[in-house]
Amino acid sequence: MSRPEMEVEPANDPVPPADHVIEGGEYRIEDSWSRLAGITPARIALGRVGAGLPTREVLRFALAHAQARDAVHAPFDSARMAGEIAGLGFETLELASAAPARDAYLRRPDLGRRLSDASRAVLRAGEFDPVDLAIVVADGLSSTAIHAQAVPFLTAFQARIAAAGWRVAPVVIASQARVALGDEVGEALRAAAVVVLIGERPGLSSPDSLGLYLTFAPRAGRTDAERNCISNVRGEGLSHDQAAFKLAWLLEQALARQLTGVSLKDESDLLLVNGQPPVPRLG
Amino acid sequence: MPYRHVVGPQTYLFADLRDLMAKATPLRSGDMLAGVAAASAEENVAARMCLAEVPLATFLSEALVPYETDEVTRLIIDTHDAAAFRPISHMNVGDFRDFLLSGVATSEVLAALAPGVTPEMAAAVSKLMRNQDLIAVAKKCRVVTKFRNTIGLPGTMAVRLQPNHPTDDPAGVTASILDGLLYGCGDAVIGINPASDSLPVLSELLRLIDGIIQRFDIPTQACVLTHVTTSTEVINRGVPVDLVFQSIAGTQAANASFGIDLAVLREGHEAALSLKRGTLGDNVMYFETGQGSALSANAHHGVDQQTLEARAYAVARPFKPLLVNTVVGFIGPEYLYDGKQIIRAGLEDHFCGKLMGVPLGCDVCYTNHAEADQDDMDTLMTLLGAAGVTYIMGIPGSDDVMLNYQSTSFHDQLYLREVLGLKRAPEFEAWLQAMGITGPDGRLKTQRGNHPLLAAARELAA
Repeated sequence: MSRPEMEVEPANDPVPPADHVIEGGEYRIEDSWSRLAGITPARIALGRVGAGLPTREVLRFALAHAQARDAVHAPFDSARMAGEIAGLGFETLELASAAPARDAYLRRPDLGRRLSDASRAVLRAGEFDPVDLAIVVADGLSSTAIHAQAVPFLTAFQARIAAAGWRVAPVVIASQARVALGDEVGEALRAAAVVVLIGERPGLSSPDSLGLYLTFAPRAGRTDAERNCISNVRGEGLSHDQAAFKLAWLLEQALARQLTGVSLKDESDLLLVNGQPPVPRLG
Repeated sequence: MPYRHVVGPQTYLFADLRDLMAKATPLRSGDMLAGVAAASAEENVAARMCLAEVPLATFLSEALVPYETDEVTRLIIDTHDAAAFRPISHMNVGDFRDFLLSGVATSEVLAALAPGVTPEMAAAVSKLMRNQDLIAVAKKCRVVTKFRNTIGLPGTMAVRLQPNHPTDDPAGVTASILDGLLYGCGDAVIGINPASDSLPVLSELLRLIDGIIQRFDIPTQACVLTHVTTSTEVINRGVPVDLVFQSIAGTQAANASFGIDLAVLREGHEAALSLKRGTLGDNVMYFETGQGSALSANAHHGVDQQTLEARAYAVARPFKPLLVNTVVGFIGPEYLYDGKQIIRAGLEDHFCGKLMGVPLGCDVCYTNHAEADQDDMDTLMTLLGAAGVTYIMGIPGSDDVMLNYQSTSFHDQLYLREVLGLKRAPEFEAWLQAMGITGPDGRLKTQRGNHPLLAAARELAA
């Protein structure tokens, strides 16, 4: 298609000379149902130029894809995260998976599920008292998500920890990590349960979404069917406070019933007050 | 039985047919992850040279996945059509490639041959083919299916209208359906991936799509892509179901990870047939597949992912599906790393399906952690359009806001129709014209706000 399509003309009209001013027809067609676009996040009523997308939509899409790509590949600032989390009053521990770099992480999911030799040695050298919960902050597939969501989420969850009186292990900041890395970490930290905060696979409309995976009695070799997941934690999705409430509810159930996974259904919504989680109370 | 091939001073040994097939496969990350890929470029070509000399009949006697423990292998061997196979029974894999490309292999010859081609034969010959070979032969294969319209006629390409929404909101879903219809999409199916698996939500979505189809008398079919047992359950509750969906894979163990076996598929098939909702035909099943699904379930038996994918089409074949599509770039870069691997896999899957007589479409797609972008998708969809792909996806602006991946858009199918001259299913094409959505040339007409679909939008979305 070497020239823009006009609204009503036949397709085989002669191409106008370069200095010809196109008159009498819109070459860019706006869709007359744009009012419907307000009721869905889907990209509808985009308009068209011939069969193609208008320039503004091509660029809007390209920007969203660029942000999602950057979320996957932006370096994870483990030291900054450790500093900010220590600032909340948590002890912290920086560890890394066996995946040496991003490329290896993407090609070899198995490497992201186990600790590097150096990190394993760090855990073996430590002496840890038994705790109720280990917390792992993992970059996963979106360091952007962890940078943006981990601290505000932990701030909200800290109040729930205090209210329940749970004993918590040092917060592990894990680089090039997948969810199952938490199994080895939680076991080494002698935790009854482990929660992994992880950057979710970025979508075009959600490059900064956080996922929470709770596993009771963490051991290497646990399957996804033995975990509970809370996903889409971000500004436009599940709020930090709502996510903290859900996680606290699941953890309480997990410790009481000694399990997580498919047999533990999330029924925390039944406790919402006017759609909002109840305020945590100490004691 | 071991295989060997000599290249100059080097002798390459392959432990068995399974090893030979894996090492002959064009390089991809999933086979590397499984540890079955060739170790060098030369070993890869040596394996292809060796594979070219393997008689096709060998695939009937040497199972890659054990017959005793895998019902998919038993299905393939026990239902093999020896009469259909006879014309090629004397050929080796290399001869088979030459034959397929020759003028002797007409559309009619290939259609008669399909029941005699096992997935392993299709996969083997695909490993010797360049992309243009995969396109040229697939283009000759004709697979026509019917429910309320006719899909797969020469010169046509259908589109699945995929109106997904992150919370299954009926108004939001309706908005995407109307957008898609006004862009001329939806002849393959109006098919939604629900976010929920609750029966009331699924039933509501089925009634919503069925309501739109009935109200405007659209010659197409509806599908809510949920587990086959769930579809059977909603059928028992009297909810209108046109097509029954299921994800399938190429080994019994991988299918078990999806919670299905052949018996479960048969129950779903019979439940859908019992409703007799098709007006032109009774192709009532919709299957999705994708390279890497068996490995991700640790159910690959050391077989390369492309061969296992072709075996999934053998699972589909006896159910005479209306639609089967590979979701080629969805699973992630650990299986198909970049645009080059995704493009190759899409062409292989389409070729193998068509050669086996299965109506193959393709979800031309990628995730944001793969090394791929819109340019790669443009390339693959154009190649598949040239190859005669049965259907592609139509998603508003390529952005699936529920599944978080990018596929082909309502605009993309318009582009393919423009550059390749592809028509829609004829009954749907006629409906679009009657509704004033397209003109006699099949091109979209500019709509004013008073189109009947739009006038009904508020009511439908209520």
